[in-house]
Amino acid sequence: MTSKREKLVVVGNGMAGVACVEQVLHHAPKFDITIFGDETHLNYNRILLSSVLAGEKSADEIVLNGLDWYEKNNIDLKVGVRIVDVDANAKTVTGDDGSVTKFDKLLLATGSLPLIPSIEDVKKDGVFVFRTLDDTRSLLERARPGLKAVVIGGGLLGLEAARGLQVQGCDVTVVHLMDTLMERQLDATGGGYLASKMNQLGVTVLLGLSTTKVLGNGKVEGVEFKGGGSIPAELVVVAAGIRPNVELGHKAGLEVKRGIVVNDYMETSHPDIFAVGECVQHNGICYGLVAPLLEQGKVLAATITGNKGPTYQGSVLASKLKIMGVDVFSAGEINEKGNDSEVIRYEDPSMGIYKKLVLKNKRLAGVILMGETADSHRYMEWLRTQTDLASLRRQLLFPEPTTDAGLDVAQMPDRDTICGCMGVTKGTIIHAIHEKGVNTLAQLKECTRASTSCGSCTGLCQQLLKAVVPEFQEEVKRTICKCMPFSEDQLREMLRSQQLKSVQEVLEIYGNGIGCEICKPALSYMMDMLWCGEHEEDRSARFINDRVHANIQKDGTFSVVPRMRGGVTSPTELRRIADVAEKYNVPMVKVTGSQRIDLLGVKKADLPKVWADLGMPSGQAYTKGVRMVKTCVGTDFCRFGTQDSTSAGIELERRLENLFTPHKVKMGAVGCPRNCAEATVKDIGLIGQEGSWQVVVGGAAGKSVRKADLLITAESTEQALRAAEIFFQYYRESANYLERTYDFVERTGIEKVRKETVYAPQAMQEALLDRLHKAKALSYDAWLERETPKTTSQFIQIEPLETVLA
Amino acid sequence: MKQQKWIRITNCENIPLREGRSLKIGECEIGVFNLGDRFLAIENRCPHQGGPLADGIISGTAVVCPLHAWKIDLESGAVLKPSDTTNWLHAFETRIEDGIVLLDISGLETTRSEEEISCSLTPQDLETQKTAT
Repeated sequence: MTSKREKLVVVGNGMAGVACVEQVLHHAPKFDITIFGDETHLNYNRILLSSVLAGEKSADEIVLNGLDWYEKNNIDLKVGVRIVDVDANAKTVTGDDGSVTKFDKLLLATGSLPLIPSIEDVKKDGVFVFRTLDDTRSLLERARPGLKAVVIGGGLLGLEAARGLQVQGCDVTVVHLMDTLMERQLDATGGGYLASKMNQLGVTVLLGLSTTKVLGNGKVEGVEFKGGGSIPAELVVVAAGIRPNVELGHKAGLEVKRGIVVNDYMETSHPDIFAVGECVQHNGICYGLVAPLLEQGKVLAATITGNKGPTYQGSVLASKLKIMGVDVFSAGEINEKGNDSEVIRYEDPSMGIYKKLVLKNKRLAGVILMGETADSHRYMEWLRTQTDLASLRRQLLFPEPTTDAGLDVAQMPDRDTICGCMGVTKGTIIHAIHEKGVNTLAQLKECTRASTSCGSCTGLCQQLLKAVVPEFQEEVKRTICKCMPFSEDQLREMLRSQQLKSVQEVLEIYGNGIGCEICKPALSYMMDMLWCGEHEEDRSARFINDRVHANIQKDGTFSVVPRMRGGVTSPTELRRIADVAEKYNVPMVKVTGSQRIDLLGVKKADLPKVWADLGMPSGQAYTKGVRMVKTCVGTDFCRFGTQDSTSAGIELERRLENLFTPHKVKMGAVGCPRNCAEATVKDIGLIGQEGSWQVVVGGAAGKSVRKADLLITAESTEQALRAAEIFFQYYRESANYLERTYDFVERTGIEKVRKETVYAPQAMQEALLDRLHKAKALSYDAWLERETPKTTSQFIQIEPLETVLA
Repeated sequence: MKQQKWIRITNCENIPLREGRSLKIGECEIGVFNLGDRFLAIENRCPHQGGPLADGIISGTAVVCPLHAWKIDLESGAVLKPSDTTNWLHAFETRIEDGIVLLDISGLETTRSEEEISCSLTPQDLETQKTAT
């Protein structure tokens, strides 16, 4: 176990090489291992690069093996060194840094290179490939809103690149040589669905076009097509496919065809040189997907450690498009060939669902799933095991309804694969749960690597944990409602990055096209918060209170609360209120808990007239918005007052009024710690003390009672108001719809709230204030709609054209 | 089967897309809803506590009452939520002619005087409604 150990040199620090090394470590004997990687990064998950480009993940989040893993396993990692030569006789490899390293066994895991079609001037500045983390970073550096980007290639990678760039704000066109997108994985119908979905997302798709030339003088200005047409472009991504990187195979004198040729034991034509992953060719096939690499790695690990036995029999090709909201899964042979093929199809164009199964001899040969891919594992299993489907004919497209959520996974046999990427079976997971005490998803990932690659089996893993571990707590991804499979965080990000400005559009692209009383108002709020009026406000998506700017009562009448800033009024105002109450026979006039006056029982048709006669602005007492600032008399009259809380409160109300918020916002300002206006139980409170203000947030005295947390102590009134404004905008942008500040602050933690608001870098604070002030400038007193109603019948009942004569 | 009785209600534009508006025929308040491709109409009284359904948010072919979120199907008048409710509202047939919404009010029956019309349905009406769905 000392210097006798053989030396294993691995060329390639990517997914295939490292996954194989992970398997090698499970076997005896042990090697001294050196891994060379020409990229300067740790082993990362290449298939998630599109998520990095789309801003859904950071570069750190896609690292598969951290430095500690290399250290723990005594692996000598040499990054940034490209191996340029192999001497098979002397058993050495030479790096581009001049180093020569001896090996006993050599593993080539050099992966693949982007395939660059013959396009004139393809080396111009502004032409990129999309293969590595560095490529991704270059694209991110270049991408900016409005930039015209052209992606050449409408396969998996091209589409993911296109979507990523589009999320970054670019104006993206995909140019594809064939007439069908992803033609290797989809048939014409499926390709059509995909093209229309991409169009809906705002990506232009041009089919059947061969790009012949990159235009421009030095820098890219456009691309030209065969036949002469052209389109402008400021950035071009070539994603036309990959080719195995076989250079070292040639240098070592191995048998090389398209890839380095390996047999079922993953042996090359040299006894001490092995190859794995995208650089190899097995049985005539070069694979470019992740699952085969891992299957090959397992076999090779056995062979290389002298435990030769397991064989690699080829893989079922399966691919999944990783674009949020566009579900595409394809596996096996999806084109019917010969007379013995049977095809089963299901289409629902309005839901964007298309499913196609190709059966051969009662067994599944291929499958396409679009729009609904949740049960893809079922089909993968049928493909792998070649199950006789005769008895399952009635459930081929839809599984039998299950009553219990855990039932589906409970019915799977132990040998079934849960994670296709990492080749983890249900049995392995159950074993890990029972033997290794795994009871969270994070532990399961750590222990078995299940769900660490594409993530499509996360749901299954959670179901399994739920079924087996009684104390398992699901890592809740709270979707907003049943209409859309996204959390509010995701939705806000999607709306922002894709500039979506209509509720109906969001529902149609990302949801069921219908919407409900839960998601529609939430989306309406998000739109207003993000675009502050520069969008198409859809009143039909809002609650009645926000359609007519009054609070509906149990009998269908409304209550009217005019704004009375800081709870301060005047005799004239009070007289007007009294006159209105009499004129419209208001059944009840009541002083509210918010230091205001409520006129209850007003008819909808009277609302515009009531507002006009009152001559006061809306108090927003009916909406999720800025309610009021309750104040005490402060230094004006009170002998204990230390700060002018009345003026401060009125000013705060002025600065924020007319804005909408995730839930109502009630505020308070008090002139001394006696707290007469109860500022410590308000969403935002200003508490005056000698020489300073305490700004407190997240208080409540309603359904919940919560003492507000101290945000900051401010030296001047202006500083206190500024802190309140910053927090207010932060809450608007980060809280879920219908989440009061007391829940939001509790969930986020006051430390984090402070760090991201008043203790954030100056630029971030300014940015929050800028967005707030922009929204404020565009906001308006809703009661002015009395003069310019939104629709002709906003406040009135329809008068039938005909009356009835019985 | 009762003979249909169509009356002209209002210009289509007066009912905004995916919103409802109320109108009164005699004593009966009716909610008319614009679903984009067609108009649907039901009694404007939630079976729960009489909420004005025309003020509700539309979700597909249903409306959600603004008072306590009961969900009523606009095509049949059936209560969808809470699901254990068996109450029904009368759904009126509608059609569009020259940009005008028309309503079949034959489901209304005249009571007491000829001018005073209420929403009460005859037992036969209820029978046909239930068997039809």
